[in-house]
Amino acid sequence: MSEAIVQNPQVPAVVARSGVVKRLAKNPLAILALLLLAGTVVASFLAPVLATHDPNFGDLQAVLAGPSAEHILGTDSLGRDVFSRLLFASQVTLAAAALAAVVAIAIGVPAGLLAGYHGGWFDGSANWVTNMLMSLPGIIVLLAVRAATGPSVWISMLVFGVLLAPSFYRLTRTAVKSVRNELYVDAARVSGLSDTRIMSRHIFSVVRAPIIIQTANVAGVAIAIQSGLEFLGLGDPLVPTWGVMLSDAFRNVYLTPLLLVWPALAIAITTVCLAILGNALRDSLEDGQKVPRVRKPRLEASAPAPSAVTTDTATNAVSDHLLVVDGLRIGYPQAGGTMKTVVDGVSLHVDRGEVLGIVGESGSGKSQTAFAILGLLPDTAEILGGGITIGSTRTVTPGSRQVSQARIAALRGKGIAYIPQEPMSNLDPAFTIGYQLVRPMVKVLGISKAEARRRALELLVTVGIVNPQRTFDAYPHEISGGMAQRVLIAGAVSCEPDLLIADEPTTALDVTVQAEVLDLLRDLQKRLGMGMIIVTHNFGVVSDICDRVVVMKDGTLAEGGDVRTILRAPQHDYTRQLLASTLEGKLPMSMLTTGTKA
Amino acid sequence: MLIFLLRRLVAGILLLFVISTITYVLLYFSSDGIAQNILGEFATPEQIALKQAELGLDQPLPVRYFEWLGGAITGDFGRSWFNSEPVVTALFNRLPVTLTIVLGALVIAAVLAALLGVAAAIKRGWIDRAVQLLSLAGDALPSFVVAIVLVTSLAIQAKIFPATGFVPFSDNPALWLMSIALPITALVFQLVAQAAQQFRSAIIDVRRRDFVRTLRSRGLPEREVVFKHVLRSAAPAALTILSLQFVGLLGGSVIIEQIFALPGVGPLAVLSTTQGDIPVVMGVVVYTVIMVILVNLVVDLVNGWLNPKVRVS
Repeated sequence: MSEAIVQNPQVPAVVARSGVVKRLAKNPLAILALLLLAGTVVASFLAPVLATHDPNFGDLQAVLAGPSAEHILGTDSLGRDVFSRLLFASQVTLAAAALAAVVAIAIGVPAGLLAGYHGGWFDGSANWVTNMLMSLPGIIVLLAVRAATGPSVWISMLVFGVLLAPSFYRLTRTAVKSVRNELYVDAARVSGLSDTRIMSRHIFSVVRAPIIIQTANVAGVAIAIQSGLEFLGLGDPLVPTWGVMLSDAFRNVYLTPLLLVWPALAIAITTVCLAILGNALRDSLEDGQKVPRVRKPRLEASAPAPSAVTTDTATNAVSDHLLVVDGLRIGYPQAGGTMKTVVDGVSLHVDRGEVLGIVGESGSGKSQTAFAILGLLPDTAEILGGGITIGSTRTVTPGSRQVSQARIAALRGKGIAYIPQEPMSNLDPAFTIGYQLVRPMVKVLGISKAEARRRALELLVTVGIVNPQRTFDAYPHEISGGMAQRVLIAGAVSCEPDLLIADEPTTALDVTVQAEVLDLLRDLQKRLGMGMIIVTHNFGVVSDICDRVVVMKDGTLAEGGDVRTILRAPQHDYTRQLLASTLEGKLPMSMLTTGTKA
Repeated sequence: MLIFLLRRLVAGILLLFVISTITYVLLYFSSDGIAQNILGEFATPEQIALKQAELGLDQPLPVRYFEWLGGAITGDFGRSWFNSEPVVTALFNRLPVTLTIVLGALVIAAVLAALLGVAAAIKRGWIDRAVQLLSLAGDALPSFVVAIVLVTSLAIQAKIFPATGFVPFSDNPALWLMSIALPITALVFQLVAQAAQQFRSAIIDVRRRDFVRTLRSRGLPEREVVFKHVLRSAAPAALTILSLQFVGLLGGSVIIEQIFALPGVGPLAVLSTTQGDIPVVMGVVVYTVIMVILVNLVVDLVNGWLNPKVRVS
């Protein structure tokens, strides 16, 4: 059965917002579900009026009759009118499901409030009881209850309500825990409001919406399990319910299969509608939460690519540059159909054996440019214009919306490689370091596993790891951040790429380790003769390692040129500001003489 | 990891004890008419009193309970009050059928959920919406309603599959497959829904992680990145959902077995509860809880294998 809903309350704990109803009204499926449910409830209330026959009166002359004017949906095995029974059955079925939901709420919500708000011993023991209840198979328990108390849909739904209580308990507890320490609750506490007032005023408003959603889910589960029990023939045969009708129909499935349709439809429609409604409610709540989070889009008219400052001009002709980026523009579509441009007409080039720095503050588009070159932009990003050429391969041709994955994939590893910023999050925690080094070499270079293994160990020595075998066998969580960054560098250069892109390679490291890693990068770059791009916000790094530098601001190039020129005589105000902020921070003026380490 | 597993095992045994105690106490209060049930309407009060003494029904609750517990610990769950078959024998005869459909459904659902989740998370678009809608329906529809639809359409009307009965694998593998196909389908339909959803959101989440981008930059083929790395990090959450759903699956199988007239534990459970056959009811309850504990342990082990961090702690 679908008790799993109970065990996995995925309902988000969110604050109800006034727009929820409005958004819900825009969902046609939800409206249909709501109408069908409302229709079922109304029909069940009007059962005495609408029914054409006594639901329990059997006309033994007309057993298992097909639909007729007298009996709209025919009769069952005892000659009872199916239509009338269906109406009265919905009364009992819905009321019993409601009973289960009410019991579950009555136990689960207060317990959750208490456990979430006060914690302590109550929290502990309630959790234990919850875990126990959740590992009980509902049907088996209800079978046992039935053995003990006899067939009664009310008693079994009462017990089932207790079994369902954990879902409300968990939901409420989580929601309350998350709000409990919010500032406004603190403020209320300081201002002397009693706990009861705080709970009812601030906290209940938070859990209200999730509880409604969960109620829809729980009601569906209750109907399912109740009909299941009755279908087994364990219900009270004198009380018409959908499950009892289904059971009767199934016994005569060879004679009149049509009889199955009505109760089965009633159960299916009600449970699915409840699920759709719960889902739609959750979606509309989540949407409501997302809207204010969307960053304000920098509106952008679809003007032609503006000519930013381009010291690095690149002609369209195939040049002997290793990398040419020409008028690159990247944007992200926003809700509402606008486009937020994050890179706007960037042109640059890198030659073999040369180190280019891309400098700028966060949000300047420098990482986006790097990811575009690597072909690793998020799915939502769009190329709005410009081109990228790596060696002789055009990975972005003017007019294409995406980086050509087929072309860039062939280059990765050997043609172009990447060193990320954050060492720990860039290693797959589920695989050993060794595996993550060996596998790409096998794939890209087509060498044997043993050969790749030998090279990987060598590489680990090269990047300065003292005990390569131990690191090779280790999982990422077993090594330090500095070591992880060395491993990532080893991985990046393992296939001896022509172009290496390092995105803030030292930012996440300790100051002492930073200098070592920069040294290592420079050594490797010299030894392998790679072209290299270092993305950074730190002019110290730039002066230390770069030949040329471009400065980015708000998605455009502010200026660019030879490192010494830029550092000594920055033309652009923004570059001066950046320099000033770096200098004030930590670096001595000696950095202006290239070659000394930061 | 070993300590972790041991702790889970101890918690499981504690759970088993608590649940069996509660069930036994509940059943105690309903044991009045049982002697009458066994002997039939025309039994004299003397005969009934004799039968009650024979079954130990005249003893107070603690005496009866500890007698049962003493037996249960040594693996002796007594005999059925109605046909004197030892409870353990009855369960073991029926276990293969139930385990076949339940574990079969679990494995198929896990594989299917992973594939659907990958398709929905990576292709998005209409595949995503179709999977979402399917999960919604599969989750909400009771599995016995699905089973009824399957039986009436594919077995009774179209006569492709047998409507009832079970053929042991050793008798005829082809017929065996036919006899379990519909029951498993009905269970899978329900089971796959939440796991597919879980896979989908976990994959979407994992695909955004830094290490996936880095693996891609190394030149690994996209297929390998998704099926080896992304799926592996996404799997534990979905497997946990599946293990939780297993509890519901055991309940659902009771009804499914009844519909398809499979000689599994389900019909035994139904029959014994309607008759008030306490030793058998207790046996079924204990078996169910043990199954739940075992599956949870296995999922813990698999998750430990998938995630080396868990293995250490």
